[in-house]
Order: sequence, then structure tokens, then C-alpha cells
Amino acid sequence: MNNILVLPLALPVLVGILLIFFRSNIPLQRWVSFAVMVVNLGLSIYLLHEIHTEGILRLDFGGWKPPFGISFVADSFSVLLVMTTSIVTAICLLFAFSSMDRSHEKMFFYSFVNLLVAGVNGSFLTGDLFNLYVCFEVMLLASYVLLALGGRKVQLKEAIKYVVINVVSSWLFIVGIAYLYGMVGTLNLAQLSQRIAESGQPPLITVISIVFLTVFALKAGLLLYFWLPGSYAAPPIAIAALFGALLTKVGIYAMFRMFTLVFYHQPVFTHTIIGVLAGLTLIGGSIGAVAYRDIRQIVVYNVIISVGFILIGLAVATPEAMEGSIYYLIHDMIVKALLFLLAGVMITLTKTARMDQISGLIRNYPLLGWMFFIVMLSMAGIPPFSGFIGKVLVGQGAIESGSYLLLALAFGSSILVLYSLLRVFLSCFWGETIIDEEEMITAKKGWLIPCAILTITTIGLGLGAESIATYVSEAANTLLNPDKYIDAVLND
Amino acid sequence: METLITILAGILVTTATYLILSKSMIRTILGTAILSHAAHLLIMTMGGLKRGSVPIIGEGNNHVDPLPQALILTSIVIGFAVTAISLVLAYRIYQETKTDDLYEWRGFTDE
Repeated sequence: MNNILVLPLALPVLVGILLIFFRSNIPLQRWVSFAVMVVNLGLSIYLLHEIHTEGILRLDFGGWKPPFGISFVADSFSVLLVMTTSIVTAICLLFAFSSMDRSHEKMFFYSFVNLLVAGVNGSFLTGDLFNLYVCFEVMLLASYVLLALGGRKVQLKEAIKYVVINVVSSWLFIVGIAYLYGMVGTLNLAQLSQRIAESGQPPLITVISIVFLTVFALKAGLLLYFWLPGSYAAPPIAIAALFGALLTKVGIYAMFRMFTLVFYHQPVFTHTIIGVLAGLTLIGGSIGAVAYRDIRQIVVYNVIISVGFILIGLAVATPEAMEGSIYYLIHDMIVKALLFLLAGVMITLTKTARMDQISGLIRNYPLLGWMFFIVMLSMAGIPPFSGFIGKVLVGQGAIESGSYLLLALAFGSSILVLYSLLRVFLSCFWGETIIDEEEMITAKKGWLIPCAILTITTIGLGLGAESIATYVSEAANTLLNPDKYIDAVLND
Repeated sequence: METLITILAGILVTTATYLILSKSMIRTILGTAILSHAAHLLIMTMGGLKRGSVPIIGEGNNHVDPLPQALILTSIVIGFAVTAISLVLAYRIYQETKTDDLYEWRGFTDE
């Protein structure tokens, strides 16, 4: 029992509601939201330490012992993700301070960011399947509003597509929950795992697991990513960066949770399907990233590639690959936010998103150019930066388990990531500059400082990987040994 | 009884699918609302339909399972919120484009 566990969810919800009453006081809204994220960061670091010393933490709401009540369970995996969410959101908020229109800020932007974060953190921490659904919906409702905020035609069009697709996938989610409840008679993740282990996962439960796979594939953009490029390219930069960094990751988290804790008895069937889907996602995402000339689309397709890459770790499911996936997940949240912010700054400065109309930016904005260069290397997995460890570990796992095709696809896609971003870099930053000294827009400090912080974070995560190594290996260990989780939840 | 409710849920899914696939935006949204109700009926049926007393100790022997009701209640609230927001969205799009026909909004990728 540890009551601090509820704060990453409760704090943003309460602040999000309270800020509605301070609509016109924008400075207050800004700094209170920022403070919430900083507090969440502190809490998650404290929780991480606590889990390291005392094992997996649990909070039973209302004192109802599991499996009867609703409970929050925090293991290293979920708390690491809560930590990264707090970092990324805090920095995206900093960026939003100077890039959002006043009118958007007045339309409850900060309230909805808080609610989005509440949903994301809730999904990471919950120990109950239905609660996972509820937190997903909280997150999605906030994202519907953020996507439509501003009300440009393209945003509205993408928003309605996004809403309908997510409603249908949420429907599948409830259908899966209903069938699982009918079959197994519980929705507590630990007890589900226990009961399915007792029955050895009969074929019907494997079918239900495929229903869940479909749901999370839709939410995470695993092969079923057709809705993603449009809806992530439409909203203002700060919101797009939040979406790119957080939303698909929740789907990935849910997939990791379900397929390592609950449905892990038929890996030949389920994990093979995940592997095939991940491979196809890598191919599709790479084609998209190389095909477009619109910077926004290139960035968005890079999100899809990383989804495929992370899930290769789950498909392979060796300890190294799991660790690699967790490293890569953390790295990806930070780097995707940075990439979206940089692309957004480029588009704002040049007023166009087509890369063949931009050139020579590095003469006017050297810092921006170098940060783009670093993010490119980081995403391709060049050693000093944070993507390297994840890629190496996933690759090592793939070799160990003999899945050479996945290995080839994973590293082939890395080369295409490098190629697609290098193309943007060459075209936009090198060559003759298109911007005169007179009409040059100065890049605001408020745009560059958040990007710089994220750049430092990715370098820091690459060089200081040892500082989180113990937590990551602990997280991978818990994922691969479901008994630990069950023990912590059901037996006191 | 279970069979009957399952068939009803099936009919609702059929109707909802038909509505979602239509060109009109408002029909699509109504379709999603009906779809979620079909799921609620499914949860109820999967929990087992039986006549019984309230699940409190000392109130008769044959208790009903309270969990599906709790799940459905939560799910209905979420369904209302989602339907409300999609209706508002549809209204805004109608204001902006003066049309309810999904086929007519092809092609504004850029403004």
C-alpha cells in the first residue's frame, strides 16, 4: 500500500478541472500545469527508487483487497514510462508557452493537456483491465479535443476520422473485455494471468487475445496505422509533439502488459503474429517515410517505424530484446517529441512544409540545424546517443532467437530512417539560403530552449544509460516473470 | 434468455455497421452510439443473466453478479461523453463546410 501511487493520475485530473475556473489567467494556467509535470517527475523518480528497494507497489482503492477492488500496480516498467511522460510533457508545455496562440490557450488547452496526461499515467499504472479501458478513454477524449482545437478545416476532418476509428476500436476493446469476463470471470490483470495459467490458455482465450491484439494494434499504429499520418500532422506543433510522443506508446505499453502477463502461453501463435505485424509495419512505415516530400508526413511515418521496431522486442521476447525494447521506448518518447518540435519550428520559420522549397537553413539557424543532425543520429541509433543501446539489445535478442528476417527488417528500417531524415537535412539545411537577412524571422528562445533540453536529454540518456540500467533490467525481468507481478498483487 | 439478448446485440451491431458505413456524418455518429450499446448488452450477457437478490450478505441466497452492471454503468457514461463530443465536432464541421456528406470533404489536406 502506497498512497503516492495515485498522484500521477489524481494530480493532473484535479489541476485540469481547477484550471477550467481560471480561464483568463493564462500565466497561472501555464506554470501550474508545468509544476504538475515537475512534481510528477519527482514522484516517479521516488517511486522508481521505492520499487527498487521494496518490490512492486500496489494501492487498493477503498481498502478492497484484490482481486475484488480496483487497484493500481506500479512496477519499474510502468513507472519508467510515467517518468518519461512527465519529462516530455513538461518540455512540450514549455514549447507551447511561446508557440500556442492566445486564443487556443484560452480554450482550455492546459486543462486538456493535464487530462491527457492523467489518462496516459492511469493507463500505465492500472492493474485492472476495465480500468485500463477507462483510462484509455480519458486519454482519447482529451486527444479528440486537442486535435480539433483551433478548428481549421483539416483538423476537423482528421478529428472526425480519428474519433470514429477510436470509437470502433474501443468497442472492440469492450467486446474483448466482455468475452474475457465471460470465459475467466475476472478482470484483475494478476488474477486473469493466474486463471489463464491454470487452464493453460485454451484456444478460445487465444482468440480473445487476438481481439485484444487488434484493439491495441489500432491504438498503437501497429500495421493498422492508416488513420495516424493524417491526424498527427494536423494539430499545432506542441500538440502534435505530445501525440507523437505519448499516444501510440500507451497502446504499445498495453500490448506489452497483456502479452507478457496474461496471454503468454501460446507464443508460437500470438507472438509470431506480433512479429509479422511488426515486420509489415516497418516496411510500410519505411515506404511512407521515404516517399513523401512533406516534412510533417516524413516525421509522422517515423513514428510508425519506431512502433514496429519496439514490438519486434515483444515478438522475440528474450530478456535482452525486452530490455532493448524498454530502452528504445523511453528513448523514442523523448526523441519523437524533439523531432516533432524541430520539424514544427522549421515549418513555422519557412512557412512551408515542402522540403524541396526549403534550403540553406543552417546559415540562418545554426543551432536548429545541429539539433536536427543530433536527432537524426539518435533515431538511427548512432552510438553516443540514446537509440543505440535499444537497437543493439533488440538486435542481440533477435539473433539469439534466430529471427533473422525481423533482424534484417529492423536494421534495414534504421537505414531508411537515417536516409529519410538525411534527405530532409540535406535539402533543408544545406545549399544556398532562401531567407534574406532582412526578412529572416528570429527563432524565439522559447522554441529553441525546449528543443535544446530534449537534445541534452537524448545525449544524457545515451551516455548515462547506466543510471537507469538497473531499473530497465528490473522492468524486463518483471515482464518476463509474471509470477512476480501476481505475487505482489495477490499475495501479501 | 441469453440467446435472445445475444441475438438482440447482433441486430444492434448490424444496424450500427450499416449506419457507420453511410455517407452522412450524423448517421455515422448515431451508428457509433448504437455500437456501444450492443457492447453493453454483450457485457451483461457474458456476466450471466439470472434472477436473484442484491449481492449483500444476508439478503437471500441467489445473488446476481454486480460487476457487469458496474462495468456497463461506467461504459455508458463514457459512451455519452464520446457521442456528445462527436456531435459537437459534427456541428462545427457543418458550420465550416455547410455539408453533412463525408464524400464532399475530400481534398482539403491544406488550406
